Amino acid sequence: MGSLFDALLIGVILLNLFALGTSRIRALIHAAAAQGVVLGILSQMVHEHVAVRTLLVAGATILLKGMLLPKMLLKALRDAQIKREVEPLIGFMPSILLGAVGTAAAIALADRLPLAPGQAHTLIVPAAFSTLFTGFILLTTRIKAITQVIGYLLLENGVFVFGLLLFEAMPLLVELGVLLDLFVAVFVASIILHHINREFDSLDTRRLSALKE
Amino acid sequence: MIALLIALPLVMAGLAALVPWGKVRPWLLPAAGVGHLALTIRVLLRPGGLWQTRWLDLDPPGKLMLLILSVLFLLCSFYSVGYLRYRSDVSNRVFCVCLLLFLAATSLVVTANHLGLMWVAMEATTLTAGPLIYFNRTVRSLEATWKYLLICSVGIALALLGSLFMAYSAVGSGLHSTLLFDDLLREAPLLSKPWLRAAFVLLLIGYGTKMGLAPMHTWKPDAYGEAPGIVGALLAGGLTNCAFLALLRVHHICRAAGETAYTGRLLIFIGLLSMALAAVFMVGQRDFKRMLAYSSVEHMGILAIGLGVGGLGILGALFHMINNGLGKGVLFLSAGNIHRAFESKSVDEVRGAMRRLPLSGTLFLFGFFAIAGSPPFGPFVSEFTILTGTFLAHRFFVAGGFLLLLLIVFLGMGRTVLSVVQGRPSPAARRTSYRDGILTGTPIVISLGLLLLLGLHVPGPLTAMLNNAAHYLEVRP
Repeated sequence: MGSLFDALLIGVILLNLFALGTSRIRALIHAAAAQGVVLGILSQMVHEHVAVRTLLVAGATILLKGMLLPKMLLKALRDAQIKREVEPLIGFMPSILLGAVGTAAAIALADRLPLAPGQAHTLIVPAAFSTLFTGFILLTTRIKAITQVIGYLLLENGVFVFGLLLFEAMPLLVELGVLLDLFVAVFVASIILHHINREFDSLDTRRLSALKE
Repeated sequence: MIALLIALPLVMAGLAALVPWGKVRPWLLPAAGVGHLALTIRVLLRPGGLWQTRWLDLDPPGKLMLLILSVLFLLCSFYSVGYLRYRSDVSNRVFCVCLLLFLAATSLVVTANHLGLMWVAMEATTLTAGPLIYFNRTVRSLEATWKYLLICSVGIALALLGSLFMAYSAVGSGLHSTLLFDDLLREAPLLSKPWLRAAFVLLLIGYGTKMGLAPMHTWKPDAYGEAPGIVGALLAGGLTNCAFLALLRVHHICRAAGETAYTGRLLIFIGLLSMALAAVFMVGQRDFKRMLAYSSVEHMGILAIGLGVGGLGILGALFHMINNGLGKGVLFLSAGNIHRAFESKSVDEVRGAMRRLPLSGTLFLFGFFAIAGSPPFGPFVSEFTILTGTFLAHRFFVAGGFLLLLLIVFLGMGRTVLSVVQGRPSPAARRTSYRDGILTGTPIVISLGLLLLLGLHVPGPLTAMLNNAAHYLEVRP
């Protein structure tokens, strides 16, 4: 795996930081989409040979994570007619700082993990944990329901990056199954988003607080 | 043959989507239920046959779970015909399709023999259950659905990471693993230990979220409180058991790798925590459907403890899986009837359920006695087995805590249940036309009858299945 591969992984990490810093939901969706395209390219690059199987996974990833899901989210955003601001619970600067600290911690952690020889020096594990962490920050500190969906998308991206370590082991059927589940998840979520917006005239999850002890 | 268990409900779901008549559509559910049970019995009696693949295979605990799932779905399917007849004001197309897809997805979880495939099926169950919870189209059910989808999706994403960790524990040690469960079991002693341990923690959190173990249980009271009773029954009796089965399989691999001490500690801790949290929230609970949700949290805790102590505890947990499935069927279905007859689920408004609904009220009361572990019902036997297993493992503090928490739950739940069924309906209570019917009553009677049977005498074939499964989980392959 060459330097281009690592450069793309650094791109994934930078997109995480961008996602934490942006104040526009539209830009956030575009960041997730760009990350999806990069992931598709990476999933082809881990293989030494180009085969129908690998192209299928890469193509499906780019199509789904890079185009279809962002399109669905952008449509949900347009339909909702809401303010296009992200509205975080903690500021953008602290978010970025938190993300940077998380990434540094991920790099330190990856050094200690017992990785297989030959995989010890890739940036796969730091990029995976950094993306997971970003997903969690978005899920917990952004109040709009739609940004939570994007957080979930980034969480899945993080898991996907870690999966690059074991592309040999995961069969095609399972890979496509995972992507299908993700598609249906965002599809169902966008329907629920539509209903939330209709009921509350907003996507603010703080309104969802009728049920408690 | 096994593939048919998944194909049949899928085809029926397609049919349900096409059938234009709302009155006819619900009858597809019992049809699918009868077919599914027939196939299940055929598969259990004579494994093998058409379309055999290594991806779909039934391990002994899977056989047990398949039977529970199939029986529970059949009972719920007849109930749902009665329920949907009463709810003819709303379209039932999405509801019927999702119920059938749910059956297909859970069947796939049970029969999957591959780590990755099982995950795909588990996520599919989350997604099919979402629209089921939103059936009532109220603001509150919307909130419950959103929380359910978000929490369970995040949990299940962690389970995927855990599955990848487990795969890496094989690949990282230079094994060419196929990630089929039987291969993983065979190679278990060679797996990389640090990765395996990390995998277990993530899978415990991930599948624990689907089971509703504390502290990942927060979706449960909302979802069970707002969903129709039949959905609660299928989630609490079917889906959570399926998630437990997934955890059981993962634990089996860790056990074969010699990590029992580590995994056992975690399971017992999280099990006791779940029971304690359920006990706290059950005492003084004003909403009887939410109370049932906490009861489900408690029983998942009991299952985790049984698995954690090992030995006889595992046999008890397997038996408790059956009892929990049937018991949750009785409670949620009768609670659904009471909810409709009073148009409220608050203890402050619902009184004298036994007067207004003699059948459902009585069943609700006996369901409570059964699930709380009173003799002569099945849960008494299984909880007693787990307790004995705890003593045999010399975990005296765990056993003491287990007993104490069972007692607190019994008292807390008992107060709520008794105040619902006893007395007479207050004059302020809304008058409704809903009364017990054959379709909404008989399935509950049968569930309770089965629970009683399991407490008095476990049929021979079932004993054999239980012993097989316990033996399989106990012995290293």
